[in-house]
Amino acid sequence: MAHAYTPGVTVTARTRLVRERRLPLAGTVLAKVGDEVKAEQVVARTELPGNVQTVNVANILSVLPEDIEGTLTKSVGASLEEGDIFAMSRSFFGLFKSKCKSPTKGTLESISNITGQAILREPPIPVEVHAYVDGKVIEAMEKEGVKVETECSFLQGIFGIGGETWGEIKLLVSKSGEPLDEKSLDAACSGKIVVGGSRVDNSFLVKAVSAGVRGVVVGGIDDKDLRQFLGYDLGVAITGSEEKGISVIITEGFGEMRMAEKTFSLLRSLEGRKASMSGVTQIRAGVMRPEVIVSMDGRVSPSGQKGSVFSALGLEVGSAIRVIREPHFGRLGRVVDLPPELGVLETEAKVRVLEVEFEDGTKTILPRANVEMIEG
Amino acid sequence: MSVPNPDGVKSILATDCGSTTTKAILIERKGDEYRLIVRGEAPTTVESPFEDVTKGVLNAVREVEELAGRKILMGETIMTPAKDGEGVDLYVSTSSAGGGLQMMVFGVVKTMTAESAQRAALGAGAIVMDVIASNDGRLPYQKIKRIRQLRPDMILLSGGIDGGTTAHVAELAELLSAADPKARLGAGYLLPVIYAGNKDARQIVRDRLERKTALVITDNLRPVLERENLGPARTQIHDLFMEHVMAHAPGYKKLMEWTLVPIMPTPAAVGRIIETIAREEGIQAIGVDIGGATTDVFSVFQGVFNRTVSANLGMSYSISNVLAETGIDNIMRWVPFRVEDKDIRNRIKNKMIRPTTIPQSLEELMIEQGIAREALRLAFEQHKSLAVGLKGVQQERTISDTFDQTASGETLVSLRDLNMLVGSGGVLSHAPRRQQAALMLIDAFVPECVTHLAVDSIFMMPQLGVLSTVHPKAATEVFKKDCLIHLGTCIAPVGTAKENAECVKVKLEREKGGSEEVSVGFGHMKVLLLGVGESGRVVINPSKGFDVGAGHGKTFETKVEGGVVGLIIDCRGRRPFLLPLSAEERVRKLNEWNKALNVYPERK
Repeated sequence: MAHAYTPGVTVTARTRLVRERRLPLAGTVLAKVGDEVKAEQVVARTELPGNVQTVNVANILSVLPEDIEGTLTKSVGASLEEGDIFAMSRSFFGLFKSKCKSPTKGTLESISNITGQAILREPPIPVEVHAYVDGKVIEAMEKEGVKVETECSFLQGIFGIGGETWGEIKLLVSKSGEPLDEKSLDAACSGKIVVGGSRVDNSFLVKAVSAGVRGVVVGGIDDKDLRQFLGYDLGVAITGSEEKGISVIITEGFGEMRMAEKTFSLLRSLEGRKASMSGVTQIRAGVMRPEVIVSMDGRVSPSGQKGSVFSALGLEVGSAIRVIREPHFGRLGRVVDLPPELGVLETEAKVRVLEVEFEDGTKTILPRANVEMIEG
Repeated sequence: MSVPNPDGVKSILATDCGSTTTKAILIERKGDEYRLIVRGEAPTTVESPFEDVTKGVLNAVREVEELAGRKILMGETIMTPAKDGEGVDLYVSTSSAGGGLQMMVFGVVKTMTAESAQRAALGAGAIVMDVIASNDGRLPYQKIKRIRQLRPDMILLSGGIDGGTTAHVAELAELLSAADPKARLGAGYLLPVIYAGNKDARQIVRDRLERKTALVITDNLRPVLERENLGPARTQIHDLFMEHVMAHAPGYKKLMEWTLVPIMPTPAAVGRIIETIAREEGIQAIGVDIGGATTDVFSVFQGVFNRTVSANLGMSYSISNVLAETGIDNIMRWVPFRVEDKDIRNRIKNKMIRPTTIPQSLEELMIEQGIAREALRLAFEQHKSLAVGLKGVQQERTISDTFDQTASGETLVSLRDLNMLVGSGGVLSHAPRRQQAALMLIDAFVPECVTHLAVDSIFMMPQLGVLSTVHPKAATEVFKKDCLIHLGTCIAPVGTAKENAECVKVKLEREKGGSEEVSVGFGHMKVLLLGVGESGRVVINPSKGFDVGAGHGKTFETKVEGGVVGLIIDCRGRRPFLLPLSAEERVRKLNEWNKALNVYPERK
């Protein structure tokens, strides 16, 4: 086999990206094609239908379901305040009245003459979509949203939590192998996206939230710390909806993991620049990895080079790779051979393998499944 | 494209697009029989930058081409029919990529129509995300919130027997209408809803749902209390799966154009094959398919087929959920060396975020197989609890059966009566030594008395399942000759005693000649060689307090089949089966048992 398809994450100094900003339901688009937008700018707005409450009118009024229409004191579609009477019945020659009160502010959406129920809908929930990145609107989708293009530096992490945020990049370590220390957090970190080296722990994250840090980008985290921070054990890697007051991106994996030098030096070169980040991760169909985007804003990329988003055909001799599983987890190297025959591992499993030469010149055989491509 | 005449089919390509790996098999007719030629695999390509399932299919097929030395692809498509030795006559596929088929089901009474609806959905290969019933104890707003949150691929609405009251069905339809659910994939289309309830309520359902959903009406799945009619609902599920769900998954439109028959959900295909074995052999069987995201358990007891799916128990995407559900101690108890909790936790999470990686070191393999035991055990527990009183498709019941249904709490699954346990899925089928698969199955399912064990040799039950719908002869032949790897037979006396106490004496008389007799003490395991294709008679003499099928202390004689592992005598106790509590003792015993079965190579 000449090449194998291998997943990888992108780390590039300069590329052009398009981010689709779409409403969950049809609404109003506030930006038009050609507009220069800022990350924090609202580009589309809508209202989600409010929650629904049911009231069993027939039971409350002791009438038959088919008779409830005649008990209504407000018509279907009418607005209601909490406590408003919307249905009433009289019994015993009109001496006793039974009333149905609205349990919520909203509208009387419908009634059913089969079940005797009334459906009340709470007021709509406003939803706003931000531009998320600084860039230019290149497409407006009627009632749905916009596409924003940006020329940027772009880094993907392997796993994250928390949604979209933005802020200035601030390094809290001097080396990629250095863990984040809560002592480095101070008032200057407020509103920032802070970058660490090999590891972040629960106490740092807790303190970072109270210090107003918006995001953390770091090599690794112990599962124990993630569990403590989230308050539960994460079952599947579908994240982004956590409301912890901070977004976190892990670039390498779980445990103490030195951030890849390329990632670290790119982040260092971007220090002080405004970055958009998203911790949203979905490791299922339509995989989503967390990301950091730093728009160029007309500037030359930090390294002065024009990169390209990873779009490799697959592994080839010479491809730069990173090992993504023990025993060489995190090491970088180049493919020196892609033998067509199956190789035998220590486990006795016969699998497709490759020979890699690490940065220190040593060579070893690895399963192809245990490497990911990185840009060379 | 039409399905070719089976007699004219000389070559078949079948793929299974799993959540992690896409597997392709090539079957050819050699003389009068169909045999497996080669198998190829490649990572499933749902991840960026590919986001097109057909790339993974093409990669797997390219591997098949290389191994078979036969050209199958013409550029980026599969050549059908075959011409001049190139291409194939038939191409079929199954799929569980994209998280499979995710459904919500609705019924009036939780233990009646809602349960029937759940069975219909499970049997069609779906993951049931939630069961909503009028009497499930939740308030209407809670149900509505749940419907809005889950975003299923499809909803099955049932309720009421034909001619019964329509009010409850109307209530369910109103709930659904108020929730105004959206489909999981593709914002631009209406969510498919299948109504299979009281026929008198059809117009009521139409009035409430027709404008808001893609409503399909089919026959009531519980027309009378004593009878289920799950077939029409299942057919609709399959049709809508193709039409709506598959059509919106990345690359599936193209894949659907290539296949000559509809793409089948992987679990539906595996279920079909398990059901076929049990029916043809007249046995009680359990099948398990452990995948990256889910674990499916299939059972046939007393002719009744059941399937359950544990949606979040798997070996890659869901591996961390196994840990979350079972706890670290339950995983650690299977690891035959000392290791820190923290280390195991991080390894599990790293597998979750890079699901296609494989164990390279022996220690990693042992840990992964330990996790697999827990995933299998939990999935089996769920199966036993859901298969309580379940009756199969179109099963006639008496009124008393109906009332017995789940109230009895008795599971149909009986480990004593189990004849055959078949494992499938990467961690079992690809275990470097078959002994590993055997011990994982025994540890997780804890079979009792005498049980034959087998694994799907290279994980091709899904492909054979879908193939059986168009070419049963090819599917059956390949299944019997190439798919099943017989591991052997497990003899497990039921009972418990102190370690080393007398437990069982087994005399094996091999059919090809020669006999052997062993005595195994409590707490130990032993293997007698009885190879593939060999059989023999065993006379099993349990000690007082132990039962091997004939009663406590009573001799049991039966015929046993061999396999690559042989005749496994497991005297570690049943009811209960316990592992030593002290870590040191546990590691010692695990290593002793591993050695007895020759499970792992010597560690360096």
